[in-house]
Amino acid sequence: MRQLLPLAFSAIVAAPALAAEIKLDIEVPRLSVAEYHRPYVAVWVERPDNSVAANLAVWYDGKLKNAEGTKWLKDMRQWWRRIGRELEVPIDGVTSATRAPGLHSLTFAEGKAPLAKLPPGEYKLQVEAAREAGGRELLSLPFQWPPQKATVLTAQGQHELGKLNFELKP
Amino acid sequence: MQKGLKFVAAVVASLGLQQAQAHDIWLEPSSTVLSKAGYITVAAAAGNDKFVYNHAPLRGLEHLAAVAPDGSKVAPENFMQGKLRSVLDLNLAQTGTYRLTMASGGVMASWKEGGESKRFRGNAEAFAKNVPAGAEDLKVSESLGRLETFVTVGKPTPLTATGVGLEMVPLTHPNDLVAGEVAVFRFDLEGKPAKDLEVVLVRGGSRYRDQKEEIKLKTDAEGKISVKWPQPGLYWLDVDAQDAKTTVKQAKERRLSYVATLEVLPQ
Repeated sequence: MRQLLPLAFSAIVAAPALAAEIKLDIEVPRLSVAEYHRPYVAVWVERPDNSVAANLAVWYDGKLKNAEGTKWLKDMRQWWRRIGRELEVPIDGVTSATRAPGLHSLTFAEGKAPLAKLPPGEYKLQVEAAREAGGRELLSLPFQWPPQKATVLTAQGQHELGKLNFELKP
Repeated sequence: MQKGLKFVAAVVASLGLQQAQAHDIWLEPSSTVLSKAGYITVAAAAGNDKFVYNHAPLRGLEHLAAVAPDGSKVAPENFMQGKLRSVLDLNLAQTGTYRLTMASGGVMASWKEGGESKRFRGNAEAFAKNVPAGAEDLKVSESLGRLETFVTVGKPTPLTATGVGLEMVPLTHPNDLVAGEVAVFRFDLEGKPAKDLEVVLVRGGSRYRDQKEEIKLKTDAEGKISVKWPQPGLYWLDVDAQDAKTTVKQAKERRLSYVATLEVLPQ
């Protein structure tokens, strides 16, 4: 393993110089309801014409037998229409389990799946949440790519999502 | 979105029918206000989204009691229990208000026998026969539920309270509900007004909006709620209570539920 170290180290050091990065903090709000289920959440990047530039993350219940958990994917209706119905879940590096209430951080480097090389231009970060026996909410954050300098964009959900923190690093 | 957290079992005790209920239940009449005698169809199911058939049929709908204005019973026709809903037709020949009711309830028990877990559902009589006295780790609960809706042909006629279990006593006629107007209902527990109960109202069509838009109300000292209907639609009403009037002494409390479907028409 010792011989490999210099190579691995140089790769880590080199990465920031090549690729811009985005970091997203998503707050899953704590709700006091009689019947609580963790929300399904989808995160993706859209172009101004609503076409999809990147499908970044989908949290759903993939552990139920007979893929029962896929029954509610369509409740994230924008994601389902734009992306979900074209794909088969699970998707390596994109889908994962639902998350408990609290703050969850996701980081994506440009050119590294699932965030492809984005041509310069205008985009929208879309975050959609839907909860069984609950509601549905979509937050949209427009941004410019590539970022000229480190930028932080925020949004605040009202029902199914809490605070969104979206950091763009050149 | 894990399932099965809310697992409440209900039993149609008088008929010995068993029904396990993991979700909310409802009746959906095709009409509630008719100007000419004729058929209506009633669908019923269990699920999260009211009047959305995506989970399970309501079991035992063939035992729905459809009481005509003169007190006689209308025999259900064309009963069908599908994968996602149960359906039947009712020929409403008289003028006046019909009350459609499904009563459910019974005793549930669980205990240990030689290291094995045992379960029972049924009425008090069957409980005495099937559950050994002094069973190890015995847990007993009891429930009584009422699922209702109302349909009127011609002019509404008064509805009388049953005095049994938890029920709604409509001070505003349930087939005279209009958006923008106020309706008053009283809730009785064994014939007495029940105060401080939470009443939840949910309008159908949740698929076409983002939030459930529940209306939560509390019964006042006289057991009453008043609601000004924000919009027309089919509303699901739910109220729960508990008391100590059990039919088997091993059960400490009885859980009561009342669910009604109310149609609110536009002005």
